Amino acid sequence: MSVWYAFLDLFSMPWLSMDFMKNAFLAVLLMAPLFGILSTMVVTGKMSFFSDALGHSGFTGIAIGVLCGSAFPICWAVLLAVAFALLFSFVRRRTSHASETIISVFSSTAVALGIFIATMNGSSFTKFNRYLIGDILSVSSGEIGLLAIVLVLVLVLWVFASNRLVLTAVHPQLASSRGIPVGGYETLFTVSIAVVVTLAMNWVGLMVINSLLVLPAASARNVARNLRQYHLFSFLFALFAGVAGLVTSYYLGSSTGAVISLYLALCFAVTFCLRKCRG
Amino acid sequence: MKHTHCNCGGCHDSCCLKIEDLSVRFGTEPVLEHIDLHMHCGQIVALIGPNGAGKSTLIKAILGQREYEGKIVFTPAGGTAQTLRIGYVPQSPAFDRGDPISVQDLFACCLTRRPAFLPLGKSFRKKVLESLARVHGENLIDKRIGDLSGGELQRVLLALALEPMPQLLILDEPLSGVDVEGMETLMQMLDEIRKTCDLSILMTTHDFSMLERYCDRVVLLSHKILKKGTPLEVLDSEEFAEAFHMGGGGR
Repeated sequence: MSVWYAFLDLFSMPWLSMDFMKNAFLAVLLMAPLFGILSTMVVTGKMSFFSDALGHSGFTGIAIGVLCGSAFPICWAVLLAVAFALLFSFVRRRTSHASETIISVFSSTAVALGIFIATMNGSSFTKFNRYLIGDILSVSSGEIGLLAIVLVLVLVLWVFASNRLVLTAVHPQLASSRGIPVGGYETLFTVSIAVVVTLAMNWVGLMVINSLLVLPAASARNVARNLRQYHLFSFLFALFAGVAGLVTSYYLGSSTGAVISLYLALCFAVTFCLRKCRG
Repeated sequence: MKHTHCNCGGCHDSCCLKIEDLSVRFGTEPVLEHIDLHMHCGQIVALIGPNGAGKSTLIKAILGQREYEGKIVFTPAGGTAQTLRIGYVPQSPAFDRGDPISVQDLFACCLTRRPAFLPLGKSFRKKVLESLARVHGENLIDKRIGDLSGGELQRVLLALALEPMPQLLILDEPLSGVDVEGMETLMQMLDEIRKTCDLSILMTTHDFSMLERYCDRVVLLSHKILKKGTPLEVLDSEEFAEAFHMGGGGR
């Protein structure tokens, strides 16, 4: 980390003078490719609503973790979100309801259970606020290491499985006729989303995390013409919004996650207009 | 035609797909019962039948996506039984119009292990162009799959189904959503492909206007095989009239 700190000091930017800002900056740089890449598949696979629901189940996990007196409630959140993802895949394959109905069933149950546990015996809810809003400035060097590991894992997954994931998402019948185990790949992807969403919830906040998983790719779709551009634009939008959001929140004092989301929304609005112009 | 003996009923000496006593049920309800069907190389066989007759189910069974009782055996000319390589053109391809996936990307996702979001190189592009040339669709390579017209999409999926070259090509309702001109082009293309590539083609259709001109055999299906034979034999049969509620023989 000291190398990183020394490197940033070379630029002598006022917003990078504090160590916690240097940490947050590094975290943003790691999160940009992570969310940029994942969001392309979330949007292509029409899972935006699902990833939103995953965040909710993560919250329930945290409530359970706190109730059990765990030092790392986030581990509970990851476990519960993965269980949620698996259970969701299982139920969806066995009913004729639309997936959004099933997602709603799951996510409202998760939220209700979370609030029920969190407020049991009249405890105050305020200690959970940090998970709702998130605080990227609190990111520690250990957590940055974890983020880096997750990023590497996702990149490996992408190099080996992205072709099949794309095919599964755009045309399941075609995929399965070419011998791809569609169910397996769907599950693999939902589980990775579950892990990433809950880990990142600490820093970005449950209420805005979904914007990071949907908006970069949604904006990229407005202008990209092929998969290469799709990934590239999605990454660039996430990077731009992340860095700009961090700087802006430093000067204005608002929550970083929220500012990042607003920048992403701006990206979407601009690319949407560009698409209109292109015809 | 190469396989003149094909239509004479005998199965020896020619490569052959045999479906023997195939049955499929959903729970306890039988969907397909005792299907016997032989197909030879170079033949175009049309599968017709009213909605819910089990055409798609039969295709899924052949593709191995649905459990069935009975046997599906493929024997190449003069050889022993082996695993059948099937090319499949799915029905009503429902691509999202907004997906930024080009035709080349779609090929990459199906054919290579190298990730499609990285540059794929000139040799792969050349391969895709060659493949698209089979369906006269080289100009489609950089189009987004959501921007293709119905006919163009059919051709792209057809080119994809021919890669790697299958022994049996299955098309699920290839003529629906395609205009008359598109149908003609597609059927001529299939005719060309079966001659140059020496494969058999099985297609389901609701359009009977093309049967006589392009198909060798027609199979009328409604849970079981009601009638099979040449297009004329089937279209003029009592069973055909009954299945489609047309009353009286003929069309």
